Amino acid sequence: MEKKMIDDKRIEIIMGNLLRFGVFLSALVVCTGSFIYLFQHGSATPQYRTFEGEPKRLTELHSILTSALNGRGRSIIQFGLLLLISTPIVRIIFSIIGFIMERDLLYALITLVVLATIMVGLF
Amino acid sequence: MTIFVFTLILFIASAFAGLIGSLTGLGGGVVLIPLLTLVFKINIHYAIGTSLISVIATSSGAAAAYVKEGITNIRLGMFLELATTSGAIIGAMTATFVSTSFIAVTFGVILLVSAITSFMSIDEKIDSGAKGKFASFLKLNNSFPTGDGMRDYTVKNVAGGFLMMNIAGIVSGLLGIGSGALKVIAMDRVMRIPFKVSTTTSNFMIGVTAAASAGVYLKRGYIDPGLSMPVVLGVLLGALIGSRILFRAETRILKVLFAIVICILAAEMIYNGIKGTL
Repeated sequence: MEKKMIDDKRIEIIMGNLLRFGVFLSALVVCTGSFIYLFQHGSATPQYRTFEGEPKRLTELHSILTSALNGRGRSIIQFGLLLLISTPIVRIIFSIIGFIMERDLLYALITLVVLATIMVGLF
Repeated sequence: MTIFVFTLILFIASAFAGLIGSLTGLGGGVVLIPLLTLVFKINIHYAIGTSLISVIATSSGAAAAYVKEGITNIRLGMFLELATTSGAIIGAMTATFVSTSFIAVTFGVILLVSAITSFMSIDEKIDSGAKGKFASFLKLNNSFPTGDGMRDYTVKNVAGGFLMMNIAGIVSGLLGIGSGALKVIAMDRVMRIPFKVSTTTSNFMIGVTAAASAGVYLKRGYIDPGLSMPVVLGVLLGALIGSRILFRAETRILKVLFAIVICILAAEMIYNGIKGTL
């Protein structure tokens, strides 16, 4: 029982650090993009009263990556936001591994179903 | 106003929203949507997309601190995520078919319900009675640190809590919020989990729930980088400060603060929704 508690605690701490790193990384990418964006468009007027939807380069996973690599400010920010969206997903994957290592197959299965559900939304 | 000034003001306002969101376990979105729509006059579609992203930021950013304190019930969170993620997908898909007025009014009603429920009783009950069969099978019963050492608690009404979590997930996907309020109600009221455990476990689940619907919103073009950038960075800063305060703050003060803020916002959202000004 005591060994199990230690394992639980260890998984939780690794998971917490993993999340913190993911958030830090995505914040860094968002900051980088924001410098380029504000440098180029900082003196323009914001237009958010009416909804027009985003262009393709900011809505498709592949296009976001390609245009971010081309150094476009808004695309880099969007890529950073994608990293942020993926932090809970990485955590879920890590949890599955953790539960398998703990031989808690019930929770490995539960977490796997949660992962599958998130993937339905993403793809 | 230039984009530069707009970004700066939005950053500061979002930091406050993140702080409140973190302190109350709401996840920031609940304060953000009224802030973006009522104060900054931003279109509600953009507000929803932005909010959803910052909800993930709040949850992931603060979870690290919560986990270290050892009050998050990981298994309970994981089990209930079954209900919230499936609900989030349903909610996000439904969002296309409903009007902005409907979204605004629903938003207000959800806030009001949370506030009323939160005022119903303020005493802290820790249930450590008989263990339910289902809760034991799912290993949901746990303990948490208090001023005088570890306290055991048992989880009640698992089925009711699960159903409530599914509704919370639908609301989250529909309104682009973490619906932390409904999650806290499900755990605090229905499953009789200590308030501190339910707020932190709710925070833990919010990111996963939001990620389930975030992909849908991204593809629809609801997520604008220029808008999300200052909001996410601001909310992160606020949440970071909030996560450091939570463990020391009194449960009663938390609940009252939580109720007052959401009552005001609820009235504003319903009024503007009916008037059609959002």
